Amino acid sequence: MDVLDIARWQFGITTVYHFLMVPLTIGLGLLVAVMHTLWVRTGRAEWLRMTRFWGRIFLINFVLGVATGLVQEFQFGLAWSEYSRFVGDVFGSILALEALLAFFLESTFLGLWIFGWGRIPKKLHLATIWAAVVGSTISAYFIIAANSWMQHPVGVVVDEATGRPRQVDFLAVLTNNTALAAFSHAIVASLMVAGGLLVGIGLWHLRKRKLAGRSTEDVDHAVWRRSVRLGGYVSLAAFVLVALTGDWQGKLMYQQQPLKMSSAEALCDTEAPASFSLFAFSKLGSNECDDVHSITIPYILSFLAHSDFSSPVPGVNQLQEQYADAYGATYPDDPSFGDKAGEPIDYTPVLAVTYWGFRLMIGMGMVSAAVAAYALWSTRKGRVPTSRIGVYGSLLAVGAPFVGNAAGWVFTEMGRQPFVVVPNPDVPRAEQVYFFTAQAVSPGVTAAEVWTSLISLGVLYAVLAVVEFGLIVRFVRAGITEGDTTPTPGIGGGPGTDDDAPTRPDDDASDDVLQFAY
Amino acid sequence: MDLQTLWFAAVTVLWTGFLLLEGFDFGVAALLPVLSKGDPAQRRADKNLMLRTIGPVWDGNEVWLVTAVGAVFAAFPGWYATWLPAMYLPFVLLLLALIVRAVAFEWRHQRHDAEWDATWTRVITGGSVVAALAVGGALGATTLGLPVGADGTRVGGAFSWVGWPVALGAVAVLAYSLVHGAVFLALKTEGPVRERARAFALRWSPLAALPLLAWAGLVVLRSGGVVSTVLWLVAALAVVGTWTRLKVDREGQAFLGWALVLLASAAAVFGAGYPTVVASTVDPAFDVVIGTASVSDYTLTVMTWVAGVGLPVVLGYQAWTYWVFRKRLTAEPEHAHA
Ligand code: HDD
Ligand code: HEM
Ligand code: HEM
Repeated sequence: MDVLDIARWQFGITTVYHFLMVPLTIGLGLLVAVMHTLWVRTGRAEWLRMTRFWGRIFLINFVLGVATGLVQEFQFGLAWSEYSRFVGDVFGSILALEALLAFFLESTFLGLWIFGWGRIPKKLHLATIWAAVVGSTISAYFIIAANSWMQHPVGVVVDEATGRPRQVDFLAVLTNNTALAAFSHAIVASLMVAGGLLVGIGLWHLRKRKLAGRSTEDVDHAVWRRSVRLGGYVSLAAFVLVALTGDWQGKLMYQQQPLKMSSAEALCDTEAPASFSLFAFSKLGSNECDDVHSITIPYILSFLAHSDFSSPVPGVNQLQEQYADAYGATYPDDPSFGDKAGEPIDYTPVLAVTYWGFRLMIGMGMVSAAVAAYALWSTRKGRVPTSRIGVYGSLLAVGAPFVGNAAGWVFTEMGRQPFVVVPNPDVPRAEQVYFFTAQAVSPGVTAAEVWTSLISLGVLYAVLAVVEFGLIVRFVRAGITEGDTTPTPGIGGGPGTDDDAPTRPDDDASDDVLQFAY
Repeated sequence: MDLQTLWFAAVTVLWTGFLLLEGFDFGVAALLPVLSKGDPAQRRADKNLMLRTIGPVWDGNEVWLVTAVGAVFAAFPGWYATWLPAMYLPFVLLLLALIVRAVAFEWRHQRHDAEWDATWTRVITGGSVVAALAVGGALGATTLGLPVGADGTRVGGAFSWVGWPVALGAVAVLAYSLVHGAVFLALKTEGPVRERARAFALRWSPLAALPLLAWAGLVVLRSGGVVSTVLWLVAALAVVGTWTRLKVDREGQAFLGWALVLLASAAAVFGAGYPTVVASTVDPAFDVVIGTASVSDYTLTVMTWVAGVGLPVVLGYQAWTYWVFRKRLTAEPEHAHA
């Protein structure tokens, strides 16, 4: 493999890994803040315990999100320096503003939340978790705005002197329609992750308690029951929103990156009206669209792309030709293209990846929604399900939205190949900004160096995953620990306590705090 | 002052802020095995105490690094795209060290067994030492010299960055952080740890400042003017000041004095280096300077407005965190679950 391929694997692996933590941070952070709020408002013990239990899982996950996010910040410079030079006028500023406006907020207020139990007034303490959640959300917004600019570059002109994009309209970059759609989609997809987790773990504990003959009247029971109900509603609502925002994105993509969508549908030739592909099979290893055969439903694709049942949808073969006419049939014979110089350009992304990535994303969402519906139904009117298949299935399905999220990104990112910055079709050809992935890699860096980082990061990430998973499983099995069952005196004390007084006046019990924190 | 100069100053402030804040948590982490004494239980208690001083703040401190790197990319992509790939392996080492350190902070407390705790505590120390060395090496190289060619691409292969500038920068940051951590511990704790930390700082501060002063001195000699010379002298005097304050047990003043050592040295280094951001050892004509490395004036203007509003707010709430956790910590009998 050459530097380009290794660097792509490295970026893909580390980013998808980072995005395992991210949706849990975003989704669970929000739910924990809601639990904390409910506790402050009602003073009911189960909300406090839920805040603490889910809060701790949130924190275990958060740190790994921070650690892997650091790598992201450096990667654009390390392996993709030409990309960084090219997009510098737009991209870097968004990243820096993200750090300034979001990461500081997130990390500082989370520190205050963790160590603030009993040290700062109760309502102020509640505000700290909300500040951290706002931080995560802003961070997601900025990074997706940066990513969406690569999918659909707006707010720039081509600089005559350098040939690179020069920013002329910052607000246009921030209000990019691609970004608004992708941000909403990613946020609700994150809520599916958190909802699925609450459902799976909650059901498992409920069943275990019931089989052990434990009371259904005590606080512990209330904790798990409320977790399942909350998670179930959140998952279902999020699934509806994910479908709506996804449809919005699909329609935008048909305008902005038609090849991505047509290859996600394995639609080889332009059709009017176009049919939606349900299932496809192809010659193994072939990336020729005509080798793919699908089972289809007529009219649906026209509707997905254009909201009517008759408009034509362009096929991969026609689009490939159009792109070759517009952007060249071969890469320029220039050293900056490395091994690819002078080679023909394939404008069609890897069909199997886009086609199955798209279906995996949606399918995993459906699995998770079905589980949520099952959970709500089986716990109606105070019931507790004891079905082995139902409960263990739900526990297993905790993984589904994670896979869905990863599949969504792989589809989005690999679907824009061979471009790293995709030309914006709304702009006249001469004024378009675009950049091929082949040009983006750092020219001075050797394959050995990138191998070193890929292998060392890969091994470290694998070890972290094992330890992390082990810790979370241990913690989840233990359930609510004694420390959480008997709230330290003064830890809030419920309604009726003086809200302005620190909830735990002196400075002791820091180890309790730490136990919660770490 | 034009916008490029303003952002050069902003980047300097961010890197300095990072070294100043993360410097003490690197230092505290590195001193864990040095300043804990006695039987195993006592040593563990000492280490817990030391770690508690940085627990609430290390993550916020680390964001200064993220912001500093982000600001380099945002304002001077030419610098970012030259510096990072040229020092590919040291930066990867930095990332590995920061990752293990971050997770160790958290995982240490996840199980209640001494072996597990000891392992992750060692990882915190090791990760912090390596990270301090790597950051120092990278900063040393960009200010003192890297083998970059005409187009900003490294010449000479994967290890061509190796040289005395890297070594000097690495040692300077680690040595500075060690004393910084000790002074911080003296300020934040009570009891034997405080005494040991103070003694450590008193004994080592003069020596620990030498590499930093040498680094600043070299940049000043190469390209400095009156202002940077004066800054260098301020840094040198601040070392003496710190030592005398430590001598009379004024930890707060010593902390400020030692901070001034860094502030003045960093200002001297970047001030004398201006407008160069990567000094080329191949040919001074290949130096990367702010004029060609920077983004457009429009982008700089936007960033100036956003940062102008955002930065004071950030500084405000970060200061508030330190205020909330301002009390000295004392070692207490260990709880069963600690
Ligand atoms: C949809 C949201 C999203 C996406 C697409 C990404 N991240 Fe991320 N990132 C977050 C959402 C997030 C977060 C929710 O804000 C995190 C996750 C866990 C956490 O602690 O904060 C975070 C952490 C995080 C950190 C650590 C912050 C700290 O020290 O507190 C950095 C430096 C980055 N990210 C950088 C990146 C880069 C350069 C990405 C592009 C490839 C990226 N992230 C993708
Ligand atoms: C601002 C956010 C992001 C930016 C700027 C970004 C940028 C990039 C770049 C520069 C590459 C390498 C070039 C290439 O091979 O296409 C890439 C590839 C990739 N990215 Fe992203 N990305 C972002 C977010 C994400 C996220 C959150 C994920 C998923 C979790 C992701 C998944 C991938 C994958 C799977 C690849 C490999 C594609 C391939 O090898 O063809 N990206 N991205
Ligand atoms: C139910 C119907 C869904 C539809 C119609 C849909 C549609 C889409 C489309 C068209 C894209 C590509 C956007 C682009 O290339 O920029 C996308 C991306 C993505 N999808 Fe979905 N999706 C659905 C469900 C889901 C589910 C259930 C999840 C996760 C649990 C999910 C997670 C993602 C993610 C993380 C991305 C990449 C980031 C982004 O662009 O927002 N999607 N989706």
